[in-house]
Amino acid sequence: MNETAQVEPGFFAEEMTISVGPQHPSTHGVLRFVVKTDGEVINEAIPDVGYLHRSIEKIGEKVTYHGYVPYTDRADYLAAMFANQAFCLAAEKLAKTEVTRRGEFCRVIACELNRIASHLISVGTFGQDIGAMTPFVHALRERETINNLMEEICGARLTYNYIRIGGVGYDILPETCTKIVEFLDHFEPIVDEFNRLLSGNKIFIERLAGVAVVTKEEAFSYNLVGPNLRGSGVKWDIRRDIPYSIYPELEFDVPIGTAHVGKLGDSFDRFWVRIREMQESCKILRQCLKMMPKGPAIAKVPRKFRPPAGECYARVEAPRGDMGFYVVSDGSEYPYRVRIRTGSFTAMAIIDKLSKGIMVADLIALIGSLDVDAPEIDR
Amino acid sequence: MQAYLDQLIKDGAFAGVPRELVYAVAMVLAAFVVLSVFVAPLAGVTSWLERRVWARMQSRVGPNRVGPQGILQWLADGIKNLLKEDLIPSAADAKLFSLAPYVVFMGFLCTFVVIPFGGNLIVADLNIGIFYILGVTSLVVVGILMAGWASNNKWSLLGGMRSAAQIVSYEIPAGLAILTIVFLAGTMSMQGIIKAQGWGPWDWFLFHNPFTFAAFFLYFTAALAEGNRTPFDIPEAESELVAGYVTEYSGMRFLFFFFAEWGNLYVIGSVATTLFLGGWQVPPLWIFDNNPVLLGIAQFVTFFLKAYLWVFVAMWVRATLPRVRVDQLMALCWKYMVPLAFVCMLGTIGFLFVPDDVRRVISAATLGFAIAVAIVFFLRVAFQIRHARPELYWKPHI
Repeated sequence: MNETAQVEPGFFAEEMTISVGPQHPSTHGVLRFVVKTDGEVINEAIPDVGYLHRSIEKIGEKVTYHGYVPYTDRADYLAAMFANQAFCLAAEKLAKTEVTRRGEFCRVIACELNRIASHLISVGTFGQDIGAMTPFVHALRERETINNLMEEICGARLTYNYIRIGGVGYDILPETCTKIVEFLDHFEPIVDEFNRLLSGNKIFIERLAGVAVVTKEEAFSYNLVGPNLRGSGVKWDIRRDIPYSIYPELEFDVPIGTAHVGKLGDSFDRFWVRIREMQESCKILRQCLKMMPKGPAIAKVPRKFRPPAGECYARVEAPRGDMGFYVVSDGSEYPYRVRIRTGSFTAMAIIDKLSKGIMVADLIALIGSLDVDAPEIDR
Repeated sequence: MQAYLDQLIKDGAFAGVPRELVYAVAMVLAAFVVLSVFVAPLAGVTSWLERRVWARMQSRVGPNRVGPQGILQWLADGIKNLLKEDLIPSAADAKLFSLAPYVVFMGFLCTFVVIPFGGNLIVADLNIGIFYILGVTSLVVVGILMAGWASNNKWSLLGGMRSAAQIVSYEIPAGLAILTIVFLAGTMSMQGIIKAQGWGPWDWFLFHNPFTFAAFFLYFTAALAEGNRTPFDIPEAESELVAGYVTEYSGMRFLFFFFAEWGNLYVIGSVATTLFLGGWQVPPLWIFDNNPVLLGIAQFVTFFLKAYLWVFVAMWVRATLPRVRVDQLMALCWKYMVPLAFVCMLGTIGFLFVPDDVRRVISAATLGFAIAVAIVFFLRVAFQIRHARPELYWKPHI
């Protein structure tokens, strides 16, 4: 204790510095925040990233294009399909490879299933952060069905390595399609049940409405993407605005924040956008399963894949927002440079700003509502 | 029990032994019997049942390996925790740190002195029974504060502070709700309050008038908050404060806190049963005539089932609701519950001056309202029950 603290005997207050994480139940994975609090009120919360760095970008320079696809799975293990797809899009753009039409449908089906799974984790753990344990288990139960479907589609439950350059690794069988339809029939009422249990709960709404409001301008200036941006009322979705794959042929809405319980861009809006995105994904899946053409699932791609020298940036709409792969080729078998751009990393930056003056419990709600995912932050 | 002892001393069963010694030995024996025969298994089985009920509500299986349906899981947990190393952090205040769990445990255990198990089964029917319960449960907050402070951990400190604020605040609505019943019964003795009611729901204080009906829910909510249960479990809010005031505890000391929490559920239930639900009152059937043992068993079972119903409701609430924030918790208490409790108290005082036949009509209307609410509630829940694969409830092995 220094001498200034002793000048006045009796009551004095000082800031408390708490380290939230890396081992903390609600910093999913290994996030860390250095939080300075005045009692329960936070003065500042500085995010400390880098605990899950696996140098996925550097590995890209050491393996071939085909060999790098399994590594992209690990960029965001809750939504591995999207990293697969973003990298493959970039490689295909470089080499001007055409993807087969059935391959595109398989990609979209797998991606949208993965989006539902990822959002289920997100809303489930969010409920758990707020203290509701049951919705979390229910969400994981539904996700388990998706994992089973994924296992049938590509043989893996978490890191899929399904989307390959030129198409997909394995065709989706008709029996699997029937099972997906069965799952959708079962899942759509479950979303309503989930809303009755959690989203409509008075305590849950009170905890989130008006907490950590991100205005449209802030969302732009902090480069928020995906559901976090849409929660602030910006209708921006890569699938709709910079279309790729077969998304232009599909009909779906882009849900944005509604502010029906609090202010536009609060924690509840971000949560609510995710719930409705799951319903939109169901719509997309039903359309895809109806429209799916016959044909090969993967185009003929040389085993020694050597795209011409050049550079390319491809982006997809991942569950955590705009995910981009910047790939530079020098004409050899190995990429010259791979750079991955993810949504969670930019979302981390705004936490410092939003956390001023909120309570410790609200910080947890804020982290959960931004759906930051430790592996995606650090790559 | 004292009357029985007096009788024995008078008959010369303990000739030559000082009277005080007889009392002391009897008290120790009674405490031992209550602790080992009732409280410990009760808290243990409640812990198992809560995990089990919770698991079924979450479409999981729950602990089912130790003993039939996993019913001995609590013994296995207890033995495991006894064998664990008892860690005291080097930065902690060792004496306070080791003492804190026992203070919490004592605060909870002392309530069993006045909790009735049946018409004659009670350790001591103090004439200030319910007041005594309010007093000793306040010891819990001392223990929690000690644990929070002595751990020398910031999460523990936050948890201890939250807990102190919460328990002290919620004692006011709980106390006021209890006071409404004390006015009606005219006594603070637990047995006296039960004897002032009848066996039928129409004679319970719960349906005495609309104000006591509201007071019951105020009491139950406040008691959940005092017992650190969801939605008011902010002192040990797992996702916010890691484990709150128990963060640094391990082994048996850790278990003592949870022992008290699960046992406390029964205390909440039994106080609610005593005050509002007619306690151990059973219908005066012909089989109970000249058969005090059967009567005692019937009273015990009645009381236990009524009390345990509220333990189950607490589990149900915990599986359903999220957690409130600390400022919302305080606002709920001071802005809504304290004024409401005062209204209930004054309203009940007003009903003391209402003629009895008018009051009986209002009481019947309250009962009807409660039944209607219950029917509507179960119609809404029925949807979930139908969809919950009931076959799993009867045969939960997977």
